[in-house]
Amino acid sequence: MENMPMEVQHHHTAPTGFIRKYIFSVDHKVIGKQYYFLAIFSVFVGMVLSWLVRIHLVWPNLHIWGLGAFSPVGAPGGVMTDAYYLSLLTVHGTLMVFFVLTTAPQAGFGNYALPIQIGAEDMAFPVLNMLSFWVTFLALCSLVATLFVKDGPPISGWTAYPPLSAVGSSAGPGLGMGQNLWAVSIALFCVGSLLGALNFIVTTVDLRCKGMTLMRMPLTCWAWLITAILSLLSFAVLFAACVLLILDRNAGTSFFLPSGLLVSGQLQNHSGGSPLLWQHLFWFFGHPEVYIAIVPGFGVISHVLSVFSRKPVLGYKLVVGCLLSIGFLSFTVWGHHMFLSGMSPYSGFLFSVPTLIITIPATIISLVWLGTVYGGRLRFTTSMMFALGFVSVFVTGGLGGMFLAQPSLDIFLHGTYFVVGHFHMVMGVAAIFGMFAGTYFWYPKMFGRVLNERLGKIHFWITFVGVYCIFMPMHFIGLEGMPRRYSGFVEDSMQHLMPVHTFMTIAALITGATQFIFFFNLFWSMYKGAKATENPWESTTLEWTVPSPPPFDNFGGKVPVVYHDAYEYGDLKNGKDYVMQTDPVGQPANS
Amino acid sequence: MSSSISAAGRGGHDADALWGGDALPYAVPSKKLGMWLFIVSDAITFSAVIFAYGYLRLASSAWPRPFETPSIVNATVMTFVLLSSSVAMVLAVRASALGKVSGAVGWLVATALGGVIFDVLHIREWLGLIGEGVRPFHNPWGTPMFGAAFFTMTGLHMLHVTIGVVYLLIIAVGFRRRKFSALDVEVSGLYWHFVDLVWMFIFPLVYLLSAKMA
Amino acid sequence: MGKAFAVVLTIITTITVAIFVSRHWWFPEVASAHGHAMDHQFVETFVGAAIGFILAQLALAAFAWKYGERKGDTRPVRIFPGGVKWLLVLTLIYVGSEIILLEFVGQKVWAAMYFTPPASDSLQVQVLAGQFAFYFRYPGPDGKFGPIHTDKIDEASANFFGIDPSDAASKDDIVTAELAVPVNKPVELLLNSKDMDHGFYVRELRVQQDMLPGMQIPMHFTPTKIGKYDIACNQLCGLGHYNMRAFLEVMSEEDYQKWIVQQASLQ
Repeated sequence: MENMPMEVQHHHTAPTGFIRKYIFSVDHKVIGKQYYFLAIFSVFVGMVLSWLVRIHLVWPNLHIWGLGAFSPVGAPGGVMTDAYYLSLLTVHGTLMVFFVLTTAPQAGFGNYALPIQIGAEDMAFPVLNMLSFWVTFLALCSLVATLFVKDGPPISGWTAYPPLSAVGSSAGPGLGMGQNLWAVSIALFCVGSLLGALNFIVTTVDLRCKGMTLMRMPLTCWAWLITAILSLLSFAVLFAACVLLILDRNAGTSFFLPSGLLVSGQLQNHSGGSPLLWQHLFWFFGHPEVYIAIVPGFGVISHVLSVFSRKPVLGYKLVVGCLLSIGFLSFTVWGHHMFLSGMSPYSGFLFSVPTLIITIPATIISLVWLGTVYGGRLRFTTSMMFALGFVSVFVTGGLGGMFLAQPSLDIFLHGTYFVVGHFHMVMGVAAIFGMFAGTYFWYPKMFGRVLNERLGKIHFWITFVGVYCIFMPMHFIGLEGMPRRYSGFVEDSMQHLMPVHTFMTIAALITGATQFIFFFNLFWSMYKGAKATENPWESTTLEWTVPSPPPFDNFGGKVPVVYHDAYEYGDLKNGKDYVMQTDPVGQPANS
Repeated sequence: MSSSISAAGRGGHDADALWGGDALPYAVPSKKLGMWLFIVSDAITFSAVIFAYGYLRLASSAWPRPFETPSIVNATVMTFVLLSSSVAMVLAVRASALGKVSGAVGWLVATALGGVIFDVLHIREWLGLIGEGVRPFHNPWGTPMFGAAFFTMTGLHMLHVTIGVVYLLIIAVGFRRRKFSALDVEVSGLYWHFVDLVWMFIFPLVYLLSAKMA
Repeated sequence: MGKAFAVVLTIITTITVAIFVSRHWWFPEVASAHGHAMDHQFVETFVGAAIGFILAQLALAAFAWKYGERKGDTRPVRIFPGGVKWLLVLTLIYVGSEIILLEFVGQKVWAAMYFTPPASDSLQVQVLAGQFAFYFRYPGPDGKFGPIHTDKIDEASANFFGIDPSDAASKDDIVTAELAVPVNKPVELLLNSKDMDHGFYVRELRVQQDMLPGMQIPMHFTPTKIGKYDIACNQLCGLGHYNMRAFLEVMSEEDYQKWIVQQASLQ
């Protein structure tokens, strides 16, 4: 016992019983699916909330069926109040950023596929993995609970700037219990993410099978590793910020509250704090967070484009280098959310430099994608369509960032729909396209069945056109100075833009309705879809060497050995245009 | 390329053997790497709180310096207790590596005891300050943020010490029952040293910087 | 499928660029001295971004059109000529020059507003934001503002700035609900908030600044066109955020003098 040999992998026996198999499972595949379905639930609710707020902007006096019954305070007679608009907007943002974009791309697909892709039986710490999921689930419960408390969810946005978020209910509805539940939810989410990040890093470093060098890992694994490092470092700061916020709200501290605040006629007792401090702490987390949301998508897209172009990724090492530099730079740019915050204008200049520099690796990656597709033999599966769509929308959204990166232009564009269009394009569209591409790609492996391709294509086409119709016009009205987070538009100068809002709302409703095709496909195919073979996409990586779905220990007790890089696609040899990573015969791997 | 796990685990000069899969890079076991990563993350959380303290203190014109000699002596004793407990921890790890079960368990308990003494001295100090009127939202000497920063930083640290005490006792019991290995003792040692290290920052930044000048 | 994607993407690209270029939706007309430089910088950025946008989207469309796998396709795959080298060079040149241009040349507007002090003869006006209104205070003939005492703020008696009547400097201060300034004269605003984060946003003047409680944030500009402009709150401050606004009136010098005298008499 004292000199226990250092085990690289632990082996566990197959679980029995419903609870151990499906509820409190330590199997990374089950946990990955649990995260994925948590994200599906969250994206559904978040999408419905987006419909509600967009409807309110365009038809503010509409009696929305069911809303009055759901929240008599927030929507008396079914007509949404201005405060409730902000409440629903807050939950929309929080759900989408945290419970969709920070779960499925990383903890969902990553948990499912990472161990198999590197030849491991499971993650390094399976019990910790299970705990991470259930802590995240608790966090979601706390957030959803805000919809059911009397005063509703907080009205302070997903960014929860104090003093609005810190002084309590005298500042507005939802800022009492709702804000407390929100802060608890986020703090719990931080813990779940930190534990998950730890697991991903140790797994990738320690559990790769023989022959799986770091440079032979699929790019998805690199993306998950870098995302995990970003999570480990950034959620730690958000956690501290949430603790301080909770203290300000409940223990009378004043980390974020200066003296002399007069709220609703009441002089507040606080003194000595700074609202800017929250912004620094929040955005130091917040900027890496958006890269946490997109980098897994970079990995999936690089991977999928290669598989369906039948070509290696144009510059594997370059992509790894770009991901690493994007990860590093993401910690240096947080002030670009704060150009107009009142912090020193000299810092404004300082932050805009790395913000513009980060364009370089992002551009290189985009060009690598184009270069990978160039000259290939493209197979237009639904997964590939979403991957191609990702390239398009990421370029569009990313270019919007070039304007916002400059403080001079931010003077006009800050707080307008230009910003809303930009971040929706990169997060609400590109990152989601990454999730779709991943879903259509790994579904056969995960469920042993194939998603219906025809429904998938319909889903893609309407969604692709639809998202441009929803989010491109936001840039246009942003140029006119249309402010964000407004529950209604009363200025004369803004009235001529209302038809644009109507157009966007209708596009959102149509595109949203289309997602039901996806949801239907997702669930129906689990039972009625055609059975999947082991390697339907003729892909080289390790998950395609095991049955669909894999046995509980992934490789059936056999330990894989890797001989090749992850992207050996190309010209036909013996009727095959690809070489499995585990193929002992074939071109020698370049060292 | 060696095929046995332990040989590759010794981390030869060959990069492939080190990072080529089926090996633990630099022979660091997973649990140890995991604890290091946790420590990095927790260190960043503490850094964020200390950053908040620094940010607000620098901006404040009325930050009190109320700690007189008895307080500083108390804090110094606490520091010494924690440092000594870290020495005990080192001895516990060494004993466990040598297979000396009762020695290791003894030193683990001694470490935990050090943590308990630290907690007791700390709570005594807190009670004293509270008796003098210090609250998270008010104190008799200056800006109300003094109490907020003090209780938050030391409270967060004390929470980590207390969790550490429980953790160490669990490891001690488990090691004695042969359920846990020397590696588990070593990993718990990492956590304990980290908690000690954090105190090495809190002591000067909170106590010494607020020591009453003559 | 690939061809359809190419067609749709080309249409999207064309429509998007056309709308931008047509300026159908565009910035409102400039009404301040630094505004033209800001608009110019936007256009410069837009040209660079549009070139990248068009090239990238059309390349993607072209590749999707051209490289679809046909049945029984045994065509060898083609690696991009030169591999990644030229992509790297292209990126570094294109993005690098954009960065240098935008960052260093384009800092002029930011520097003009924030690195240079206001003109010494600027008209100083204090602005106080609170849920959900803006109020303004002119210093009066003595050129000095009395202190703001938040504990003395009383909406009912219209003491919006919490003025203590015994403060000497406050005696001639003029408090208004509207901001009026003379045209072509530098203005310095001193932005305050009494409760939440607010924002001060006037589109035509190309000015925007968050207003934080606990800080008095200065901002200066020179209005160049007579007119009445919306001041919109642009930092989420509560349920009335969408309705929090005031008016900025840029007047001729004579009209301004008449106005300020009239406001003083209303105190």
